[in-house]
Amino acid sequence: MNKPKTHSAVLDRRSIELRTRIVHVLGRGGRGHVGTSMSPVEILRVLFDSVLHYDPHHSKWPQRDRFILSKGHGCIALYVLLQEKGFFPEEELWKFCQFDGILGGHPDPKVPGIEVSTGSLGHGLPIGIGMAVNAKYEKAAHRVFVVLGDGECDEGSVWEAAMSAAKHKLDNLVVIVDYNKQQSYASTYEVLDLEPFAGKWRSFGFSCREVDGHDVTALEQVFRHLPFERGKPSAIICHTVKGKGIGFAENNLKWHHKSSIKDSDVQELLKALEE
Amino acid sequence: MRETCLDQVYELAKHDARIFFIGSDLGVNTLDKFKKEMPERFFMEGISEQYVVGMASGLALEGKIVYVNTISTFITRRCFEQVVVDVCLHNLNVRLIGNGGGLVYAPLGPTHLAIEDISIFRALPNMTIVAVADAEEMKRLMPQTVDHPGPIYIRLAKGYDPIVTTNEVPFRIGKALPMRVGGDALLVSTGVTLKLALDAANELAAQGIECAVLHMPTIKPFDADALLARATVAPVIVAVEENTVIGGLGSAVAEVIAEADFNSVKRFRRIGIPDVFAKHYGSQANLMEHYRISAAEIVATVKHLRGLRVN
Repeated sequence: MNKPKTHSAVLDRRSIELRTRIVHVLGRGGRGHVGTSMSPVEILRVLFDSVLHYDPHHSKWPQRDRFILSKGHGCIALYVLLQEKGFFPEEELWKFCQFDGILGGHPDPKVPGIEVSTGSLGHGLPIGIGMAVNAKYEKAAHRVFVVLGDGECDEGSVWEAAMSAAKHKLDNLVVIVDYNKQQSYASTYEVLDLEPFAGKWRSFGFSCREVDGHDVTALEQVFRHLPFERGKPSAIICHTVKGKGIGFAENNLKWHHKSSIKDSDVQELLKALEE
Repeated sequence: MRETCLDQVYELAKHDARIFFIGSDLGVNTLDKFKKEMPERFFMEGISEQYVVGMASGLALEGKIVYVNTISTFITRRCFEQVVVDVCLHNLNVRLIGNGGGLVYAPLGPTHLAIEDISIFRALPNMTIVAVADAEEMKRLMPQTVDHPGPIYIRLAKGYDPIVTTNEVPFRIGKALPMRVGGDALLVSTGVTLKLALDAANELAAQGIECAVLHMPTIKPFDADALLARATVAPVIVAVEENTVIGGLGSAVAEVIAEADFNSVKRFRRIGIPDVFAKHYGSQANLMEHYRISAAEIVATVKHLRGLRVN
């Protein structure tokens, strides 16, 4: 059994501030996926800062890149970025999981910037392929980005879809895996080992690269090379740390999801972020 | 019926570039002309129904009208969650065409018998369910599926089923079709059980009992108004379907009449597949007879209910 990778890039101020916001949203909701929201922060940050084409004031702009957070339980990180970019007003963030809010525990397309409801795992890639096939049919230049969780890759539908992505030569499709190596019960190595993970994607016909999923510069660089090969879908395995940035929550399964987050928890989380 | 349905998909696609077709692993030469003439809109994606329904949803989210076809059990059971979350939750224009609804695949055994497809899809918000009686009715249905908003499940029968429908009453998705009038009993059918209801009504008429026949090719949304208009004046009501009696047409009828606050006493029965897996093979006709989904059973049921005393 391989040991989970724990060493990764040091977080800069912007990454810490994004996580601070996430903690405040978790506090307002009084619940949520903590560790899972922290591991994809740099992936989403780089995508929304410098990769995706979008118009926050015209969220259905036809030429936008399609973005699907297939691991929908990591949605708070996405909400924080969408709000920061201007897709919806800040007050919505503070109504997370509340009856009259638009932001729930999983993404919903009623939220500007969200393409599709995810949360049930294994759905995002098949839908993304439909979108990518349509883009090819329309000879449109936009791309489709799908962020998968590692545990999500236990689902057979991911691999059904992966086979087809290669068959259709979808070089406008980018799969990004948040490989934090922890799922709900235990590590991915223990529950259902994905290794050799990159080899799997390559054998399914993807051009695959691996990167430190918390290293902003490395992420920017890898995204610059899309598509990695003409005529092939791209896969980026991002090595991440569940709970990244919060010492006591890193690789700590107790922080995968919390059904009760009190003010004192929020204070502890915020303190840990600054340590 | 299947050939008519898929031919219609081809004809409609020729005139509407929004129409895409996805099969899983259909029989050789299926829709060859579609593939030849519109290859960029024809997909055969392999035995991967979960993925296929997701892909169809992705296309539909981009404004396409996507017809998906495979065997009924696999397009309902195998990818049920994708139908719920991808198709119905997003209220997408995906048309799921299920081959062999009900007992059609009798010789292949219970893995291939779609006995509960109508029941499980009835529970899904936004879903429309249609089971026509014959190929002629299929021809009337299909053009309406193009611009119908939201998902549709189209249940196919065996094929070469006797033609029993006419175009006297215009076909509309969501509307029941009155096929016969009569004041002694009301027979309600869907799909190929229309023929059984009509045969039973003829037999009963010969015995002096006049039955109304209400054909409900659309099971969801359910045309409760049409049912109530006739049920109000009918002392006996019998629903006949090639689906489990749990959750299908009979249940839909029961739900409506149970909440109707009738002033008069009604006698009601469901005829359909009992709550069991098939233990026999043979033909569709063999299993229909075995489960007593037949004109003779309708006749006997109506006569029995008419004979019950009202206290």
